[in-house]
Amino acid sequence: MSDAALSRGAVEAGGGLGRRLSDLLVTRPRLLLLILLGPPLVWLGVVYLGALFALLLQSFFSIDEFSGLIRYEFTLKTYGELLQPANLDIILRTVTMAACVTLAAAAIAFPIAYYAARYARGRWKALFYLAVMLPLWSSYLVRVYSWKLILAKEGILNWVVDQLHLTWLLDAVLALPVIGGPSLSISYLGTFLVFLYIWLPFMILPLQASLERVPASLIEASGDLGATPRQAFATVILPLALPGMVAGSIFTFSLTLGDYIIPQIVGSSRLFIGQAVYTHQGIAGNIPLAAAFTVVPIVIMGFYLWGAKKLGAFDAL
Amino acid sequence: MPLDKAVGATVGVMPDTANHSLAVRFQNVARHFGAVRAVDSVDLEIRAGEFFAMLGPSGSGKTTCLRLVAGFEQPDRGHIEIFGETVEGVPAYRRNVNTVFQDYALFPHMTVLDNVAYALRIRGLGKADRYGKARKALALVQLEGYDDRRPVQLSGGQRQRVALARALVGEPKVLLLDEPLGALDLKLREQMQVELKELQQRLGITFVFVTHDQSEALSMSDRLAVFNEGRIVQIGTPEDIYERPCNRFVAGFVGASNVLEPAVAEALCGRAGLYSLRPERIALLGPGLLGPGRAPEADAIQIEGRVESLLYHGATRRLAVAVAGTTLLVSLSAGLAAPPRVGEAVRLGWSRGAMHRMEDA
Repeated sequence: MSDAALSRGAVEAGGGLGRRLSDLLVTRPRLLLLILLGPPLVWLGVVYLGALFALLLQSFFSIDEFSGLIRYEFTLKTYGELLQPANLDIILRTVTMAACVTLAAAAIAFPIAYYAARYARGRWKALFYLAVMLPLWSSYLVRVYSWKLILAKEGILNWVVDQLHLTWLLDAVLALPVIGGPSLSISYLGTFLVFLYIWLPFMILPLQASLERVPASLIEASGDLGATPRQAFATVILPLALPGMVAGSIFTFSLTLGDYIIPQIVGSSRLFIGQAVYTHQGIAGNIPLAAAFTVVPIVIMGFYLWGAKKLGAFDAL
Repeated sequence: MPLDKAVGATVGVMPDTANHSLAVRFQNVARHFGAVRAVDSVDLEIRAGEFFAMLGPSGSGKTTCLRLVAGFEQPDRGHIEIFGETVEGVPAYRRNVNTVFQDYALFPHMTVLDNVAYALRIRGLGKADRYGKARKALALVQLEGYDDRRPVQLSGGQRQRVALARALVGEPKVLLLDEPLGALDLKLREQMQVELKELQQRLGITFVFVTHDQSEALSMSDRLAVFNEGRIVQIGTPEDIYERPCNRFVAGFVGASNVLEPAVAEALCGRAGLYSLRPERIALLGPGLLGPGRAPEADAIQIEGRVESLLYHGATRRLAVAVAGTTLLVSLSAGLAAPPRVGEAVRLGWSRGAMHRMEDA
């Protein structure tokens, strides 16, 4: 045995500064946690929550009708304005749209997510991720405008429908009250289709993640205990996928509630919440009312999450 | 207890055709996954009321056989009957067979009681009825007072009991157990072995038990099948399998064994052929080492050797002794006064009957 090896003690002698720093962090995990979490927590606390609080505060101010200046006094006048029939219409329209988009997204996303989680392996799984994510790589605006072209009266969809001799069917659908219109690109139905397309990945991905965590043996166990596939779905798969579905619906619901571009490009000219906020804070300069409008989705989401928790959506987490 | 009664009834009303005393019957069954022959031509008869073990290394096809009985897999070829009824094309949910899964597969979003009552809820039983039966099933596996817990709040042993109660509550004709004790620590495993065996005898249900642990299979089963590479190598009682292994694989997989090659066997006893000789059947001969009653018989085989290694196992000592042409494993009771040392010359002896002739394959 060499002398060098013999002289090594039980503890190796301390090295440079970097070594001592890493020793310090390894032996004091709390310090490491503080260093890692500190900056993002400051960002979240000060910038993010601070901005939210400022927004909330704005909604309790009001605007002076004559000067158009903001009066910095506490008042509920702006909320009174928010609850006028015209504005309530906007809220109701947006919430209905968000709910429809969320339900349709869940219905379409489930089989896709289920296939990806249960059956897709290797190359097919890669293809799945690519197919779901690829649209997100291109510009949102480009996608919305391309949908306007697809849905327009001279667009490709009309052409396909015409080739299939189904124009009568499309006309019948467009003749429906409320959801119809002169063409798909100028109707709620069109707005709905574009919303659905744009937000679908945000439903598929969390749903797929939650289904992936359901062991195949649980589904086998339910069959083993006598459950038909339909019963297994209702009693095991759906309850366990619910957290993912709720997570996805938070995305689709809140994104639809806040969006102001899609309804402006595709759809009838009637306003959605996002557009109302956009107009009030921009052209009208009515920041308090714009702020009050923004509070609406926050409150709705709060109730939504509370309701989901009541229904046991997070029990399986 | 309703469970006892129902099972008694199924046994009692069985027609007296020989076929119907069989719980499970496989005829030339095969199940392939692509190029992998998971199960490759299996013939098997499991008797009603039997504790049957399927033993084999991982990938030997034993679990696939269990899944074929459960209905999670369908055979590519061959015929399967459960209590005389053909089950090809019958899905798992229409078979009166329940499974205890290796990972227990408890529903994480349900309480213990709801887990156990699941099969009854699926059948449309009312709440009071199904909870009553579920509580009885939980009492049967000695897990009371945990009704409202979630599976995550239970220990491995408790989860195992819930899985067992859940599988038993529907009063299955055959209970399938897929390595149910694999995740438990040694003490608990031994305790559960005893309890499972008792439970099976009390209920009279056919238990089919898959394991890769040979000691578990030997100690629990009435009969067992040894699997290798998708085929059954040997079926028999634990004594059959252990004392009379049919070939090299069984001799090596079930317990430890000295496999004597034909040339070695011929030199030792004058008969060429593949022989199995269990280490505990070999005695150490010599002054002061021979216990009473261990004197070699007149026709005993004796041989000189040198101790190569010595391992202490608590109850036994394992010796590897180099003899002419081979190395023999010898198992000695650890109580022996003066164990030999490594390198020491020793004399070994065993009776002719301790050697079991096997197939050459």
